[in-house]
Amino acid sequence: MYATSYHRASSVADAVKLQSASDEAKYVSGGMTLIPTMKQRLAAPSDLVDLRHVAEMKGISVNGSRVRIGAATTHYEVSSSAELKAACPAISHLAAHIGDPHVRHMGTIGGSIANNDPAADYPSAMLALGATIITNTREISAGDFFTGLFETALEEGEIVVAVTFDAPAKAGYSKFPNPASRYAMAGVFVTKAGDGSVRVAVTGAGSNGVFRHAGLEAALAANWSADAAAGVDIDATDLLSDLHGSAEYRANLVKVMAKRAVAAA
Amino acid sequence: MGVEGIGARVARKEDKRFLMGQGKYTDDMFVPGMRYAAFVRSPHAHAKIRSIDTSAAEEMPGVIGVLNGKQMLDDGIGNLICGWMIHSKDGSPMKMGAWRPLAHDTVRYVGDAVAVVVADTMGEARDGAEAVVVDYDVLPAVTDAVKALGTGQPQLHPEAPGNLIYDWEIGDGAATDAAIAAAAHVTEMKIVNNRLAPNPMEPRAALGIYDSAEDHYTCYTTSQNPHVARLVMSAFYNVAPENKLRVIAPDVGGGFGSKIYIYPEEIVCLWASKRTGVPVKWTSDRTEAFLTDAHGRDHVSTVKMAFDANNRVTALKVDTIANFGAYMSLFSSAVPTYLYATLLSGQYNFPAIHANVRAVYTNTVAVDAYRGAGRPEATYLLERTMETAARELGVSPAELRRINFIRSFPHQTPVIMNYDAGDYEASLEAAMAAADWAGFPARKAEAAGRGMKRGIGMSCYIEACGIAPSAAVGSLGAGVGLWESAEVRVNAVGTVEVLTGSHSHGQGHETTFAQLVADRFGVPLDSVSIVHGDTDKVQMGMGTYGSRSGAVGMSAVVKALDKVEAKAKKIAAHLMEADESDIVIENGALKVAGTDKSVPWFQMALAAYTAHNLPSGMEPGLKEGAFYDPANFTFPAGCYIAEVEIDPETGKTKIVQFVAADDFGNIINPMIVEGQVHGGIAQGIGQALLEGVHYDPETGQLLTASYMDYTMPRADDLPSFQVSHQVTPCPNNPLGIKGCGEAGAIGSPPALMNAITDAIGNNDLTMPATPQKVWAAARAATN
Repeated sequence: MYATSYHRASSVADAVKLQSASDEAKYVSGGMTLIPTMKQRLAAPSDLVDLRHVAEMKGISVNGSRVRIGAATTHYEVSSSAELKAACPAISHLAAHIGDPHVRHMGTIGGSIANNDPAADYPSAMLALGATIITNTREISAGDFFTGLFETALEEGEIVVAVTFDAPAKAGYSKFPNPASRYAMAGVFVTKAGDGSVRVAVTGAGSNGVFRHAGLEAALAANWSADAAAGVDIDATDLLSDLHGSAEYRANLVKVMAKRAVAAA
Repeated sequence: MGVEGIGARVARKEDKRFLMGQGKYTDDMFVPGMRYAAFVRSPHAHAKIRSIDTSAAEEMPGVIGVLNGKQMLDDGIGNLICGWMIHSKDGSPMKMGAWRPLAHDTVRYVGDAVAVVVADTMGEARDGAEAVVVDYDVLPAVTDAVKALGTGQPQLHPEAPGNLIYDWEIGDGAATDAAIAAAAHVTEMKIVNNRLAPNPMEPRAALGIYDSAEDHYTCYTTSQNPHVARLVMSAFYNVAPENKLRVIAPDVGGGFGSKIYIYPEEIVCLWASKRTGVPVKWTSDRTEAFLTDAHGRDHVSTVKMAFDANNRVTALKVDTIANFGAYMSLFSSAVPTYLYATLLSGQYNFPAIHANVRAVYTNTVAVDAYRGAGRPEATYLLERTMETAARELGVSPAELRRINFIRSFPHQTPVIMNYDAGDYEASLEAAMAAADWAGFPARKAEAAGRGMKRGIGMSCYIEACGIAPSAAVGSLGAGVGLWESAEVRVNAVGTVEVLTGSHSHGQGHETTFAQLVADRFGVPLDSVSIVHGDTDKVQMGMGTYGSRSGAVGMSAVVKALDKVEAKAKKIAAHLMEADESDIVIENGALKVAGTDKSVPWFQMALAAYTAHNLPSGMEPGLKEGAFYDPANFTFPAGCYIAEVEIDPETGKTKIVQFVAADDFGNIINPMIVEGQVHGGIAQGIGQALLEGVHYDPETGQLLTASYMDYTMPRADDLPSFQVSHQVTPCPNNPLGIKGCGEAGAIGSPPALMNAITDAIGNNDLTMPATPQKVWAAARAATN
C-alpha cells in the first residue's frame, strides 16, 4: 500500500470539505473493495475520507411501506433489522449472504452501490425495488444511477447518503456464487408491487453490469410463478464470459435464479 | 500404550502457541539493523532483457541497495539445480537449462526475478522495485506442455531442443503391447491431472544475515528441510561452505511440498546481506506465492488398460506429458518418473506395464512435488480408468477391483516397487460398509424425487511413503541419501530432548515424537522436548516430505532410544546390583523384574551425570544418536468412497458422504492421523472440484493469481468425513508404521470424479469439476 492520510468525517458537509481539499482523495466506507485494491498498489488515493461515522448516513427506518436505509449501514445491520425483515425480507436475505461475517460487519450498502461492482448484490435489489438513491445534492432513481461496470451517475465528490424504496408486495433474491470469490455469477432480484407490476434485475451476469430483464418481467407480470420464469429465453449475447462461467452458462443461471427468486418471494 | 504413549489420542503440544498466535515464523524474526527486500519480477512470460536501469531506484527514499543478476554471476553464485538425474530411454541425461537466481539475460515466466531492492522498510523496498526500469524484448510464450512439444513453438532453453527435458520409459513395452493386442477388452482414456497452486497458509519468507567478522551466514527460511537447504546452498550455489552457513527453519505454516525446494529468494537474501552489509528479509505476499511457489501436478496422459475374458487385468500402457514449467525445480524430475510411474500397478496384479513420460519446459512457474507428488497422478489415472472399465464391462466397480487385487505379499510389481504388506480387501469392505454401498440405489431414487442426480464412486489407492532406501534412490538418480537422523539426550534431571532431522510444519512432531519417549520410558510427555529445524542444533537430516517423518524419522528415534535404554538399564542394574537383563522400565522407573527393587528414571539419569557410581569403564552421560536408512518404501493403501448430489440446473456438486478406509500400519496418535486424513481429503476435494491454475495461453499471464479466481476449499465445500483404519503393520520398520500425510490427497480425487460422472451419466469430465463444467456435461448426457 502507498502512504495515504486518513480522515474521519463527522458530517456529510465535513466529508465533502475533506474530500475537496485534495485532488486525489477518496471516500471510504467499509473499504471492502478499496482497501484490498490499495494493498495491491492498484489504487493510490492521497487521502481517505471515512464515511462510516457520519450519523446522518446511518440507520434503518421503516414508515408504513416506505423504507430508508442510511448509506453507512452495514450488511449485518440490514440482515438483522427486525423492521426490515418484516417489511422487505428479501433485502435482509440478500444482505445476510454477502461475503462472510467480516465483510458483513464492515461493508455498507452505500459503499456497495457507489462502487457498483458488476457482481455485487445490492445493485440488483436497488433496481428491482425501484429505489431512489439520495445523495448530498440530489435524488437519483436506481435506473439512472447504475451506468456501467463500476460506473454510476455520481459526480466527483458526491456522496450517497441513503437509499429509499417502497416495500413491494413480493420480493425474492437468489444468487449463484462464483466458487472462488463468492460474488454473484448470477443474482436475480424479483419484485411484484401492489399494482401487479413486476421488476426483475440481474447482477453478476451482465457484461455491462446490473440490468433489468424485460423478458422475465413480462412473463412474470403475466404469470407470477417459477414456471413462467422457466419458459423465458435468456439471450446470452450481452452476458459475461470468463474462467468461471461462459455466457451460455450464465444465461442458464439467470433463468434458474429467477425461478428460485420467485419461489422464495 | 498408557495415556501418553504410542496409540494415545494426545492433544498436540504445539497447538497452544499456534492457537494463541504465538508461533515464531520466519517473518516474526527481527534482528538489529535488518532491512527489507523486494524483488523486481518479470511481467512477461518470455522475454530477453535488453537492459536494467536501477538509477532511479537507487535515489528512492530508504533504498540502500539495488542488486542484479550480473552481479550475482560475478560473485560466483551458482545455478539452481534439479537434484535427481533422469536419463532418457536413449541413454542421454536430462536436459537441464540454466536457472539463475536473478535472471540477467532471459526471463521465462511471469514472476521470474530480475533484480532485488533492499530498503529500510518493506514499503520503501517495493517503491524502489517499482522504480527499476527493465527494458524487455518480449518473445512468444507457450504455457501448455503438449503444445510446447510441437513444431514451431517458442524454445525456452538452448540445452533442451523442442522443450523436451527427457523422454523416459519404464516397464516392458513389448510384453505390454502384446497383452493389449490379445486382450478381450481394452479401456482407453485421456486423463488430465490439473495444475494446482500449493497455498500453504504461511507464505514463503527468508532472512539472510551475514556476519562479516566471522564470514558466517545465517538463514531463517520457510523450509521443510533446512539441512538439505544448507547442503544445496553450500555445494551447488556457492553461498558459503557448510560450516559457515546456519539454516534455521523455525515454525513453518504448512508446506505441502512447496517448501522442500531451495528458491532464488533465500539465496538472494544471503548474498544481498553480504553485498549491503545488513540483514535482509523478504516475505512473499499471496500473489507472489501464486506466481513463484512451485506448482503441482499438470499431467496429460493417455492410458490403455487391458482385460482378459475373465475381467482380469493383463496390461497397462501409459503415455504421460508432464509440464515442468520454465525451470527444473529441486526434485521435479523424480515426480513423474519414480514417484508416479512406479505406482501405476496400484493395488492390482498387472502382469505387464509400460509407461512413457516426457517432461517439458513451458513459460510457467516451476512444477514440483505437491502433497502426494506423482502418486495422486498415478492413482487418478488408474482409478478413473478402472471405474470406466467396470462401466464398460458391466461389472460392479468393487467386483472388478476385487478380481484384480494383489493378495499375497511381498509382491513384485512390473514397475520396480516391491509391496511388503497390505490387505486391500479389508479396506474395501470397511469403506463399503461405512458408506452403506448396498443402500445407494434407494438413496439415488430418493434424490431423483427431489430433482437431484446422486452418484457414488470409489477409489482404491496405494502410495509409496518413507522415501526410501538410500542405495535404491541413489541407483535411480537421487543426488542425496534418504535416511534420517536422531539424537536422544537424557538430561541429568531425567528430562529428555530428542533432536531430529525431520521437520514439523504442521505434522505435530512435537507431540508424536515425544509419545515415543513417553511410551518407552514412562516419563511424562511434558518432560520430553523435540528439537528440530536448526542446522546448528541438529547435525544433519533429510527433512519432511513424502510422508516420511513417521516411517523414517521416528524409526531413527527408536534406534537412538534403543541405545539409551540399553545404557540406562546397565546403569540401573549397577545401582541395584542386579543383572541388566532383569531390568524393566515401567512408569518412569527402572525395576528389577519380580522384585520390589526400583530406581526412578531421574535418579538413573542423575547417576549417569554425577558419574560417582557407574559400571566400570562406562562413559558418563546419557546421550545417543542414530541414523536410520529404511530397507524399503512403505506402502499405505486404502479405499475411499464419495457420494455426491448434483443439482442439474446449476451443475453444483454437493458431497453428501465421504468415507476413507486407510491402512497406515500402526498408528502413534490417532487424532493426528485423522487430522492428516481430513486435511488431505480437503485438498483432494480442492483438486477434484475447485482448484485449477490457469495461464493465458497467448500471453502466459497467470489468470488465477488471487483467491478471487483460485478456488480454495472452504468449510462449506466439505462434508463430515467418516474415517477408519485397517492395520497391516509395515514389516520394514521397528514401529510398523507406513505414513499418512498424503493419502487423503491421493485417494480422494478419483473417488469424487467417479461419483460425479456416475451421477450425470457422462464420463467426459475433467478436474476441477466446476459447476459450469458439470452442468455442461450433464446437459450433454441428456441431450
